[in-house]
Amino acid sequence: MYVYIIRRLAVAIPTILILVAISFALMYSAPGGPFNSERPLPAQVMANIEAKYGLDRPVIVQMADYVWGVVTRFDFGPSFQYTDRTVNDVIAQGFPVTLTYGAWSALAAVVVGVSLGIAAALRHNSVLDYFAVGVTIGAQALPNFVMAPILVLIFTLWLGWLPGGGWYGGDWEYVVMPVIALSTSYMASIARITRSSMLEVMNSNFIRTARAKGLPMHRVVMRHAIKPTLLPVISYMGPAFVGMITGSVVIDIAFSTGGIGQFFVNSAFNRDYSVIMGITVLVGMLTITFNLLVDILYAWLDPKIRY
Amino acid sequence: MAKHANPDADILDEVQEPVNEQVKGRSLWADARDRFFKNKAAVVGLIVLFFVTAFAIFGGLISQYEPQTVDFSLMGAMAVNGSPSIETGHYFGVDFEGRDLYARVVQGTRVSLMVGVVGALVAVVVGTLYGAIAGYLGGKTDDVMMRLVDVLMSIPFMFVLILMLVIFGQSIFMLFLGIGLIAWLDMSRIARGQTLSIKNKEFVEAAIATGVRPLTIILRHIVPNLLGIVIVYATLLVPQMIIFESFISYLGLGVQEPSTSLGALIRQGTQQMNNGTLWMLAYPLFFFLITLFAFFFVGDGLRDALDPKDR
Repeated sequence: MYVYIIRRLAVAIPTILILVAISFALMYSAPGGPFNSERPLPAQVMANIEAKYGLDRPVIVQMADYVWGVVTRFDFGPSFQYTDRTVNDVIAQGFPVTLTYGAWSALAAVVVGVSLGIAAALRHNSVLDYFAVGVTIGAQALPNFVMAPILVLIFTLWLGWLPGGGWYGGDWEYVVMPVIALSTSYMASIARITRSSMLEVMNSNFIRTARAKGLPMHRVVMRHAIKPTLLPVISYMGPAFVGMITGSVVIDIAFSTGGIGQFFVNSAFNRDYSVIMGITVLVGMLTITFNLLVDILYAWLDPKIRY
Repeated sequence: MAKHANPDADILDEVQEPVNEQVKGRSLWADARDRFFKNKAAVVGLIVLFFVTAFAIFGGLISQYEPQTVDFSLMGAMAVNGSPSIETGHYFGVDFEGRDLYARVVQGTRVSLMVGVVGALVAVVVGTLYGAIAGYLGGKTDDVMMRLVDVLMSIPFMFVLILMLVIFGQSIFMLFLGIGLIAWLDMSRIARGQTLSIKNKEFVEAAIATGVRPLTIILRHIVPNLLGIVIVYATLLVPQMIIFESFISYLGLGVQEPSTSLGALIRQGTQQMNNGTLWMLAYPLFFFLITLFAFFFVGDGLRDALDPKDR
């Protein structure tokens, strides 16, 4: 087990470094520096600015410095567009928001998805099952940038129940629609995976044995069926995390929630390279860490995997 | 089949069914076609897809306006004068700048379909070859190649792609490149898995014994046998690519004016939602949704028909 964890770490750390290197190489190869503008600055001024941001040093030194800063001090450097704030300020401002509705969405997706999937599998070929399958197919074609306007249309413009955007410290009424919009398609995927996995498990020999020795249905499900059923769901959590954190960009734009996605897109329009890169690296690090945890959890739960 | 007194008769039936099908001497493709056409949802999806494609290709012929032309006769009062009507020739109304929405939806559908199909095609070619090579060669090469896929998969590519779009400028080419870069990963895993189960079959052994070169074996003997599963996942990749492109266009970072895509049209419709011009959202959204549904149903139907695993 420990060997496995160490081996996974040995992959995860280079992955993060590769991500930083790719982002940095992309940024460095950008045509024109970050401070080039329509009206060229005097050479002396340019030299001063470049010296201030350390852009006059060799690339390798800049990159090593950046990586060192991120790893040791968690410092993503200054913003290239706004002199009064650093990338860390941006992250500190936006990340708690993203984390709040992201965590609620993940919770909703897992709880509702797993319950729906199990219920559908236990009542195979019933009305409930068809309903669940219908919902999952429907939700597949409703990505979050389609869900968001539809929700605003219904709940804000027609019914007037919920505010159409904003955050205000995360009052529940500002959180509901982002959570629904972000979680629906993952909820559907989780329900689908749970259903097919549960169907497979319920047809297996050890469940037949448990039924044969006279256990009541709920004990069969809770004691025997649920753990193997959830294994595929757990391995889906990795991709789902990537999807959700990507989806949060749309949520931030659609509902003006002020999470990191909003800063990300604004910086993309402002060509604020350092902020885009900082957020990319941060999200990459989070994803890789999360994947690592999922893999470890999976290896711990699944008796078939022994390293 | 004779009735069995055996309680496992059901299981026996299941086991023997495929054998019987082969005995009839019909090709596997004919079987697959029959299974596909028995699936009503898939057939409906195919018909819808046919109409959407026809709409994207020939829809421009009955349009009264060019997609880029602003209709100044509306005097800027889009919400009042620009609503959908047959008389003015704006079948779907106009967009927020007074351009004919029908012509723009035709154009957007065309761009979205093209991105979807080209993206999936790139993914299929690269992914299948990569996966087949990794699976066939096996051993260390396989380890390294698939580990690279694992590493790439754990990077949130949307962010890297947006970084690329910002740095190298937004163009359709960059979009294709970025989408193609990401989409082949899943495909390569599927192709590899399938290759592993094929490569020990007798016909591959025979090819090796007669001294065929590895690359030729992969192209002539392995890849054709991957086709079924590749077609299935390619069909399911197309809607994913469409969603992907629309996602970026929704953020305003994808297809640029004067060109448009369904995602960009949905974005513009959303921005005008408060002004009582809901048709600007409704028409692009409608075409977006039916296209996705059609692809999903056709893909599911193909999977039931072709994928040996999911039956």
